[in-house]
Amino acid sequence: MTAQSIQRSSDRSALATIRHGLSLTPEFRKGLVVTLILAVVATAGKIIVPIAVQQTIDTGLKGGTPDIPYITRAVLVCAAAVVLTALAGYVMNVRLYKATESSLATLRVHGFRHVHDLSVLTQNTERRGALVSRVTGDVDQISTFMQWGGLMIIVAFGQLFVATVLMFVYSWQLTLLVWACFIPLMIALPRFQRLLSRAYTVVRERTGDMLAAISESVVGATVIRAYASERRTAERIDKAVNANRSAQVKAQTIVGFVFPLTEIVAAVAIAGIVLLGVRLGLSGDITQGQLVAFLFLVTLFVAPLQTATEVLNEAQNAVAGWRRILGVLDTPPDVADPGEEGVELPRGPISVAFEDVHFAYPGGAPVLREVSLEIPPRSRIAVVGETGSGKTTFAKLLTRLMDPGSGRVTVDGCDLRDIRFSSLRERIVMVPQDGFLFDGTLEENIRYGKPSATREEIELALTELGLADWLEGLPAGLDTPVGQRGESLSAGERQLVALARAYLADPDLLLLDEATSAVDPATEVRLARALEGVTRGRTAISIAHRLSTAENADEVLVFDQGRLVQRGPHAELVGVPGVYADLHASWVSAARS
Amino acid sequence: MASKVTSAVMRQGLRVLGVAIRTEKAVFTLAVLASAVYGGMTVASAWALGWATQNVVLPAFAEDRVASGALWTGMFLILGTALLKAFGVAGRRILAGVMQYRMQARSRRDVTKQYLRLPLAWHHRHPTGQLLSNASSDAEAAWAPLAPLPMAVGVIVMLFTAAVAMLFTDLMLALVGFLIFPAIAVLNLVYQRRLSPLATRAQQLRAEVSEIAHESFDGALVVKTLGREDLETERFMRRAHELRDANIAVGRVRGLFDPMLEALPTLGVLAVLAVGGLRLSTGSIDSGDLIQVAYLFTLLAFPIRALGWVLAELPRSVVGWERVQAVLEATGSMDYGSVNTKAATTSPEPAALEVRGVSYRYGEAEVLHDVTFDVPAGRTVALVGPTGSGKSTLVQLLVRLVDPDAGQVLLDGVDLRELAYGAVAESVALVPQQTFLFDDTVRGNIALGLDTADEDVWAALRLAQADGFVARLSGGLDTRVGERGATLSGGQRQRLALARAVVRRPRLLVLDDATSSVDPQVEARILHGLRDTAEASTVVVVAYRMATIALADEVVYLDHGRVVDRGPHEDLLARCQGYRNLVTAYEREQAERAAIELTAGEEEEVSA
Ligand SMILES: Nc1ncnc2c1ncn2[C@@H]1O[C@H](COP(=O)(O)OP(=O)(O)OP(=O)(O)O)[C@@H](O)[C@H]1O
Ligand SMILES: Nc1ncnc2c1ncn2[C@@H]1O[C@H](COP(=O)(O)OP(=O)(O)OP(=O)(O)O)[C@@H](O)[C@H]1O
Ligand SMILES: [Mg+2]
Ligand SMILES: [Mg+2]
Repeated sequence: MTAQSIQRSSDRSALATIRHGLSLTPEFRKGLVVTLILAVVATAGKIIVPIAVQQTIDTGLKGGTPDIPYITRAVLVCAAAVVLTALAGYVMNVRLYKATESSLATLRVHGFRHVHDLSVLTQNTERRGALVSRVTGDVDQISTFMQWGGLMIIVAFGQLFVATVLMFVYSWQLTLLVWACFIPLMIALPRFQRLLSRAYTVVRERTGDMLAAISESVVGATVIRAYASERRTAERIDKAVNANRSAQVKAQTIVGFVFPLTEIVAAVAIAGIVLLGVRLGLSGDITQGQLVAFLFLVTLFVAPLQTATEVLNEAQNAVAGWRRILGVLDTPPDVADPGEEGVELPRGPISVAFEDVHFAYPGGAPVLREVSLEIPPRSRIAVVGETGSGKTTFAKLLTRLMDPGSGRVTVDGCDLRDIRFSSLRERIVMVPQDGFLFDGTLEENIRYGKPSATREEIELALTELGLADWLEGLPAGLDTPVGQRGESLSAGERQLVALARAYLADPDLLLLDEATSAVDPATEVRLARALEGVTRGRTAISIAHRLSTAENADEVLVFDQGRLVQRGPHAELVGVPGVYADLHASWVSAARS
Repeated sequence: MASKVTSAVMRQGLRVLGVAIRTEKAVFTLAVLASAVYGGMTVASAWALGWATQNVVLPAFAEDRVASGALWTGMFLILGTALLKAFGVAGRRILAGVMQYRMQARSRRDVTKQYLRLPLAWHHRHPTGQLLSNASSDAEAAWAPLAPLPMAVGVIVMLFTAAVAMLFTDLMLALVGFLIFPAIAVLNLVYQRRLSPLATRAQQLRAEVSEIAHESFDGALVVKTLGREDLETERFMRRAHELRDANIAVGRVRGLFDPMLEALPTLGVLAVLAVGGLRLSTGSIDSGDLIQVAYLFTLLAFPIRALGWVLAELPRSVVGWERVQAVLEATGSMDYGSVNTKAATTSPEPAALEVRGVSYRYGEAEVLHDVTFDVPAGRTVALVGPTGSGKSTLVQLLVRLVDPDAGQVLLDGVDLRELAYGAVAESVALVPQQTFLFDDTVRGNIALGLDTADEDVWAALRLAQADGFVARLSGGLDTRVGERGATLSGGQRQRLALARAVVRRPRLLVLDDATSSVDPQVEARILHGLRDTAEASTVVVVAYRMATIALADEVVYLDHGRVVDRGPHEDLLARCQGYRNLVTAYEREQAERAAIELTAGEEEEVSA
């Protein structure tokens, strides 16, 4: 079986990435035309000053004495235009923010949901932190771009366009001159940008390394403390942090050199305008007002080109951001919910069958081989075997966290792959080896098994499991905060909560994967009995190294190196030499005095 | 009131900038110098243009001839100022970057050092997500205003030069400038005040969205097994939508003020033209002056907003800085004494452990009360007690992950708190109940920075019964185990943790339920191995299983955080009821079942 890893980034071209990204965010496209028109209007405000200057010099100041009424009129008209364009700017900005934020919120939520839809194996191909940034930081990068850089691109094009039109009206020769000065720069910019983009790729990689190093110091705090490896960890972090800093400075240096180039080119253009302009003036091709207006118009070229590298840069970041979020969305869930087309199974007694199931983890040796078995309704099954023999893998296949490489797993005769997740998850629930709890109270965590449950139901569930005494012993009862990952509870208590949570979900088949491995024997025995009582009529499968479970099971499944080597009731198996008898012998000598 | 809050934010923000300036004096000074060159040259370039207009353009149109001397001087001025300005810009940007990234890196290093220094109790009180963002995004936010800061200082130079230049040109035109530029400054201030609370809220929500995603992905297995994807999506969506609304609110304010800030200088130019026309007609100025001032306004329109950028970043910066500072100022570090242990000597002897009247509380709840026992050198003691009785807490005290609230833990008669840094870890190794593996290779996880020869690693793996499966891994010792060891089975992870402890040949080995995920056979082999080689160790073991307990010379029975009884297993079995109930639970269960089956069988017989 080849496992799917989350695409580092979708391998589309930049343009295709953006197009695809936009196609996923209809909120953004809606009303975009109006926003763009407003942007153009707002940009047009930029040429008011050169026009006013030209009008003042050529008409207002003609003939030596200033024509004050004309100048006043011109200035007032221009002022009104400025106010109008500012207004357009406001409306445009608000529309833009609304559109981008709404569309990116949608994208974020989609991305988040999709991560949950991916199979466990796919999720594990990437660090949690990186997954998180795909739906947070990466999306933020897109929004920064859309609200600043993207807008700048529009403004820049608009600005260059209106400036050029006006220039052409004044003098085509000077227009050509100006363009002749700027075109080499425009050609060079993409090159610079590529340089910069390489530098930023390094920055991103270093940032990733740095975050990984930092997170080690937080999540591994206990181990670091216990083995006094603070110094080594600090050294590693310092190295990563400093490497990140150097990469950032390097990228910034490139920006620093490229950015002022425009100033120099603009100065060359201005010098050229003066040089050529006075000659054109001599031949009467241009008025002095127009010539001066040119000097102002050149400044309109500066800002767009100056910010161009930065905008391209941000665009690059945004495209990278798009790629990473699309990389998630483009990764098909390889263990997919059949959804509407799937079968909805009625609740009730459940039977499970494995038909010649093989499984190997990606790039690894086979872990399960030729596993065939049936589990009749209402049975109590124990799964035993040495560590690493494939028990958890078996459990994951049964709950369809993974699909078999070959063969099939069926429930009530129906292939797991054809059953709707909503139906499957309702009928089969597994309590995994390490009980993860959410940061919240005990009550909230148990209710997670059945969101509609009342407090009374939760208390009842705990009582049925024989945990009422334990609950009473807790100072805040159901309101006890469990801490992150449940770390404010003892390991055993954490398992009790995880078990109660699954029990409350009330599935037809409850699968316990060493769900009580940290619970003390007295409580475990009590719990096992309680479960036995309350889950009558349901199927229960428990994986355990404490063979007390096996002794009381209807049937024991014995795994050895990925094969189902023995099955049958305890009394039968214990008598014949084999894996089970050996396991049991060592258990007995271990557990009893 | 709101304005009070934000002016406090502003003061605080300026203080933060002050910190950066003091720390990076040299770089900041150079950056400001470069920026001053840039500011001065911006004004100079307007003046050069005005000069060229007055001395080249206007004469050319008026007299139909070009004075080539003036022409070339004009060219020289225009190009010269531009070159200097470009130089200033480059210097300013690069140096601002250097300063910003250095400060960021410094904060990150300091924050993580603090994480490594602060006691675990502190870690327990702070969510992982928060700690991660303190070191990443908060450190970033705190120093974000440093990027535009030198530019802002340059702009101030620029404004000042411009004011002087205008005063020299014409008083009336200068007056227009003195009206417009303060107006821009005030508008900027109002802008910042309106924006500040909104930006802070958005930043806060961004962190919360991130925390939810983190926790939710962390618990992905639970989400999946219970089919709660919809519920999680809804939880995430609620916060994501709040963030969206907060960002839109920010956008509204930005959208309002940005165009205004852009329009003001333009209106200024228009005012200059109107006033300039009047002044021209009275002959107080010439056209060149007018062009120069108008051009100056055009040039200033953009850079003057750098002041606004700095101000706009301040609230975010203050929030980031305060969070970083909260970590840096957190107290309660572990102090170390100066006593070294005998560990360094060539033939390590087992350590003696003594626990004297130890109490420990989590917040309000005291979970250990006056715990006293001792473990003579070379002996093995089993800690037994029901779920939640405080065994793991006690174990953490033994290896000084936390310090007791009262009482003492003594290693070879020395209080752990008096031992030098690293001394405890040199002598004592803990295998915690909850296995934690780094996303590193097998070797890296076992050596943890120790310079360990491969043979020693293999020997440790053998003892932990892990050599077999490690040898079978595709990369052997160099196989990466995935985040938290995700590519291994539960028992395999636990055995690596065990190997990590024994490879250090500790003088005191503490095992907290360290074989719970391995099968009985493997467990038996591990225990035998330990007994054979652990002569050099004192062992404290938390266990439920008889085989492990039987290995111990003495048992300490803990219940509700108190030592209820201690002594050899047989004695306890005879006299301590709680202990007996606990350790014989399986046997009794079996016996009871057998009895039930027997009676059931008899009943069947009877009814038959
Ligand atoms: N995500 C994974 N990627 C690659 N290999 C894996 C992964 N998970 C488990 N394995 C390997 O598959 C084999 C079976 O693992 P599994 O977890 O099913 O064992 P188990 O019987 O549950 O063991 P234990 O009793 O220790 O929990 C092991 O050799 C393990 O290293
Ligand atoms: N970080 C914490 N914050 C608050 N309370 C805690 C914290 N850790 C543990 N506790 C509480 O302290 C008590 C003792 O916990 P501890 O982990 O020491 O128990 P234990 O004996 O190791 O139990 P187990 O057998 O389940 O591992 C428990 O009631 C637990 O809820
Ligand atoms: Mg397992
Ligand atoms: Mg514990």
